[in-house]
Amino acid sequence: MDIEDFDVAQIRKDFPILREQVYNKPLTYLDNAATTQKPQIVIDALTQYYSKENANIHRGIFCLSEQATKRYKSARHKVQGFLNAASDKEIIFVRGTTEALNLVAHCYGRTFLKAGDEVLITHMEHHSNIVPWQMLGEAIGIKPKVAPINDQGELVLEEFKKLLTDKVKFVSVVHVSNALGTINPVKEIIRLAHAKGIPVMVDGAQAVAHTPVDVQDLDCDFYAFSGHKLLGPTGVGVLYGKKEFLEKMPPYQGGGDMIRSVSFEKTTYNDLPYKFEAGTPHIAGVIGLGVAIDYIQELGLDRIQDYEHKLLEYGTEKLLQVPGLRLIGTANQKSAILSFVLGEAHAHDIGTILDRQGIAIRAGHHCAMPVMQRFNVPATTRASLAFYNTREEIDRLVAALHEVTEVFR
Amino acid sequence: MSGDVRELYQQMIMDHNKNPRNFHAMADADRTVEGYNPLCGDHFKVYVKMDGDVIRDISFDGSGCAISKSSASMMTAALKGKTRAEARALFSEVHKMLSREAGEPFDTAKVGKLATLGGVCEFPSRVKCASLPWHALLEGLEPTGKQVTTE
Repeated sequence: MDIEDFDVAQIRKDFPILREQVYNKPLTYLDNAATTQKPQIVIDALTQYYSKENANIHRGIFCLSEQATKRYKSARHKVQGFLNAASDKEIIFVRGTTEALNLVAHCYGRTFLKAGDEVLITHMEHHSNIVPWQMLGEAIGIKPKVAPINDQGELVLEEFKKLLTDKVKFVSVVHVSNALGTINPVKEIIRLAHAKGIPVMVDGAQAVAHTPVDVQDLDCDFYAFSGHKLLGPTGVGVLYGKKEFLEKMPPYQGGGDMIRSVSFEKTTYNDLPYKFEAGTPHIAGVIGLGVAIDYIQELGLDRIQDYEHKLLEYGTEKLLQVPGLRLIGTANQKSAILSFVLGEAHAHDIGTILDRQGIAIRAGHHCAMPVMQRFNVPATTRASLAFYNTREEIDRLVAALHEVTEVFR
Repeated sequence: MSGDVRELYQQMIMDHNKNPRNFHAMADADRTVEGYNPLCGDHFKVYVKMDGDVIRDISFDGSGCAISKSSASMMTAALKGKTRAEARALFSEVHKMLSREAGEPFDTAKVGKLATLGGVCEFPSRVKCASLPWHALLEGLEPTGKQVTTE
């Protein structure tokens, strides 16, 4: 595909915020790894639900409730199709990736792991795939083990294999690194772990909006993502889990919806997926996420991936022309994330200067402090691209970076 | 470039960033206080050597953005030889200057050269950077035992 074949000008019209101005400059939104913008149809779906359809699900015997229940269920079905899960019972709605990872660490970890067992993660994990395992370690004595990364920010697969000892009882890895952009060879990781009978969870927060994901092809046991990084609302996310695991795991929280019957003596839990969805869920969010998935599937993730890769190549080339700029994360297999340091300028100074040019980027440790330590930098500046970004926006970023070097001359 | 960014990153701030004053550790300091903002990564130590009630020597080291570093540098330059009470008073004036509403005037005479940092209040997310070394100083003068951070 040529970059021109992707009608980005037309696509941008679907996103009202992209018409906004910041400090009288057009908004250049390059913080998509933090959260993506929302197309009008997702915003409309939320308005439509709250203004015309609002009712609780699974209980009302009236028209609105039945309609809301139907739309909620239909969204689950859409997620099933989106991930190519075998059943929609394997799709659990949660608050986001963080909650999904915590749910598995808690429900799987406390049931099937014991003191001395190891959980293998990588050096490029987001804090949300580190801290739940440390908490589990404090609670029951499991030990998180960390597979190293090389200077390009790639997982060292040979070391990963060595660490995959008989002590390892669970593997949890990020699909795409939010701080480096590295795409991990998750299919290979899963194959290696499964060869030793070890289940694998994949943190897909940075993957699902940028590359097609097929959980049956990957053969992962758990897969987690957030709605708001996939054009959907905040506060809603998905945990995919293989039925054989979800069925054996105890519920995460107790309350309404997750039970079949309750007495003071005995409670019977509901079937999947409701067992893991205690209380009234984020109904509007789930419906909005369903619409976001429709939107992204209509555009086509293959085409999105292709276009974003061309943007990445363009951005990499242009950024490397800025004197003193060093990219952090130069993996061979990379998503459209450009993390960098620039001469003596601190990431927050860069962030402030770019902000006044209307350019939104992230400056800091990206909730991946071990990655910063690995590359011996306190923080990086990160431009993370989406399919609605353009080469012209990258040019704007580069021009503003030249101004940064001028200030810090 | 828009004027207000130039105002923030004016010559004196950039000079202190590039050539920070009193930028070294102090082995015989009476008080060494660490100030750390983990989200943005500003991380400094402020060293104070007292002579009775007077700050005989003050220095800092560590790393951070231009705003935090120049603020620390200017702070050490302003406080050498000052009494505890004078330092406390200057802390209050700087605090007022940094946390005032954008566009509101402040008493430049009371802060002297530190008035250079007056524009920081126009950048709310950066006020914590400028104030970090000052809070480390305050902990040095009036210890509470708490971890110093302004995030």
